[in-house]
Amino acid sequence: MEAIVSDINYWVTIFLMVAGLYIVVARGNMIKKLVGLSVFQTSVYLLYILPGKILGGTAPIVDPAYTVYSNPLPHVLILTAIVVGVATLALGLALVVRINEAYGSIEEDEVHVQDLEE
Amino acid sequence: MIESNLPALQVVVPLLAAPFCAMFRKGPGAWFIALAANWAAFAIAVALLLRVSDGSILSYMMGGWPAPLGIEYRIDIVNAFVLLVVSGIGAVIIPYARLSIAIEIAEDRQAWFYTMYLLCLAGLLGVTITGDAFNIFVFLEISSLSSYVMIAMGRDRRALTASYQYLIMGTIGATFIVIGIGLLWTLTGTLNLLDLAQRIRVIENAPGVLSALAFLAVGISLKLALFPLHLWLPNAYAYAPSVASAFLAGTATKVAIYLFLRFFFTVFGGSAWFDASPVAEIFLVLSLAAMFAASTVAIFQNDVKRMLAYSSVAQIGYITLGISLASETALTGSIVHIFNHALMKAGLFLLVGGIVYRLRLFKIEDLAGIGRKMPLTMAGFTILGLSMLGTPGTVGFIGKWYLGLAAIEAGYWWLVILIVASSLLTLVYMGRVVEVAYFREPSPAVAQLREAPLSMLIPAWLLVVGSVWFGFDTEATVGFASRAAAALVAGVF
Repeated sequence: MEAIVSDINYWVTIFLMVAGLYIVVARGNMIKKLVGLSVFQTSVYLLYILPGKILGGTAPIVDPAYTVYSNPLPHVLILTAIVVGVATLALGLALVVRINEAYGSIEEDEVHVQDLEE
Repeated sequence: MIESNLPALQVVVPLLAAPFCAMFRKGPGAWFIALAANWAAFAIAVALLLRVSDGSILSYMMGGWPAPLGIEYRIDIVNAFVLLVVSGIGAVIIPYARLSIAIEIAEDRQAWFYTMYLLCLAGLLGVTITGDAFNIFVFLEISSLSSYVMIAMGRDRRALTASYQYLIMGTIGATFIVIGIGLLWTLTGTLNLLDLAQRIRVIENAPGVLSALAFLAVGISLKLALFPLHLWLPNAYAYAPSVASAFLAGTATKVAIYLFLRFFFTVFGGSAWFDASPVAEIFLVLSLAAMFAASTVAIFQNDVKRMLAYSSVAQIGYITLGISLASETALTGSIVHIFNHALMKAGLFLLVGGIVYRLRLFKIEDLAGIGRKMPLTMAGFTILGLSMLGTPGTVGFIGKWYLGLAAIEAGYWWLVILIVASSLLTLVYMGRVVEVAYFREPSPAVAQLREAPLSMLIPAWLLVVGSVWFGFDTEATVGFASRAAAALVAGVF
């Protein structure tokens, strides 16, 4: 129990990771799949940011008054990763719009049936 | 000035040229910029390879920030060779692109295609050249996102679903890679590959390292389309515009293979470590499955491009087979096959693109008698088909020869038999197209065809000639590949 409470942030990360991946695999609706993908990617942001945080730490300010500071690197990295995630989601949604125009459906199995008929 | 900044220019030139392409709405302007940027990238890659060919290592600090804090571009013989393959295949394809794209993509979207093409090229070159783990992820996503767009531009509506499927699986793969990199960063506090390699040797068997390894292995395997993680590949290559199929088949999976080599040999430390991990056995089994299962599926395809796509999965199986054996000879075979397969498969897709230019939609049966109407195209197809088979005197033979040698070295006689047996499957599916093309009476549709235009035939035949030339003159390719393999096995970077 104590292990769970003290590492609660990691448990949340792992839960989000697995939940996101599960949605991608289990859902047939293309929008829901993208939502799952987005949750999955977001969990990675946490994975990076968590180890960079130190309780009581400040931003890295070069001043004798501050000695404990949090690592700024993960924030920079994750800012980039967020941009990548947004671009992926936007492109994915754009593709779903086009698929809806071309097939009249965004359910994966219905689209698949139409493909087989060709 | 320019000379000392070549590593940065390698990526910056195509990256900056891309938005300029987007400014054109009509006319050949976008194509011309893509051509100039791609040829410049090729020239830079040649210059870089010549500089590191004596075994030296070129280190470039982005923006003057010293590594490991700044981003370092680090070029040794391994990635210089891959840079040459990627930019070289692009340089051959791009003159071909103008007519092929003109007929396959609506006029107001052609400039976007060239923009995406250059971004994809910049991303692939960036993944290869950089020495920073997070930078790898960023460039990987640049190349992936642009390739999703290129695939979605195919004429068939199935291109859209293929692109969507690739987006889902590609993003899962990239996210796995970034989880692996994140775990390594948490353990070592560094993202610089060289730094990472040194620090990881201290904490070698920590559970965190093993889970990082597992995430990286699965993520990169998705990107390189290792069987059974290849499901995105056949549709993506089949429905993409011909130029995109040829470019991606020749380069994208090859860069992922490079990434695998870089992480597992250079970062995790040479072949000794690789031998001790279960990754080698898993790879051996999956590679064999790819060689047989994908080739068998290829036999039953009606669409030529889809057949070639499955054949790509099988050929990647040969490359990963060499990686799983992990000896110097085996890696030489793998690396030389990266180059050779890029030549063959890009060539085949270009020739098929020539048929698409004349015939639009077709199945294999519709090609009856096409050998008489498009003799140069089909002659090239036959030569490349023989090369895929591994006929001596073609490039396809060289890779398989070294793989066979490596298998014997390792004492796996049965593996040699399996390599030959899987080549026979190649004979069946390539032979089927050749049989239809040469030994049947032309149908009315085929009877009206003319040979593909010269600007498409010349690039394709350049690759055909290359695949015979490098089948005889192996000094350059095998020379580079064996030195690269030696560096990888030793784990030097």
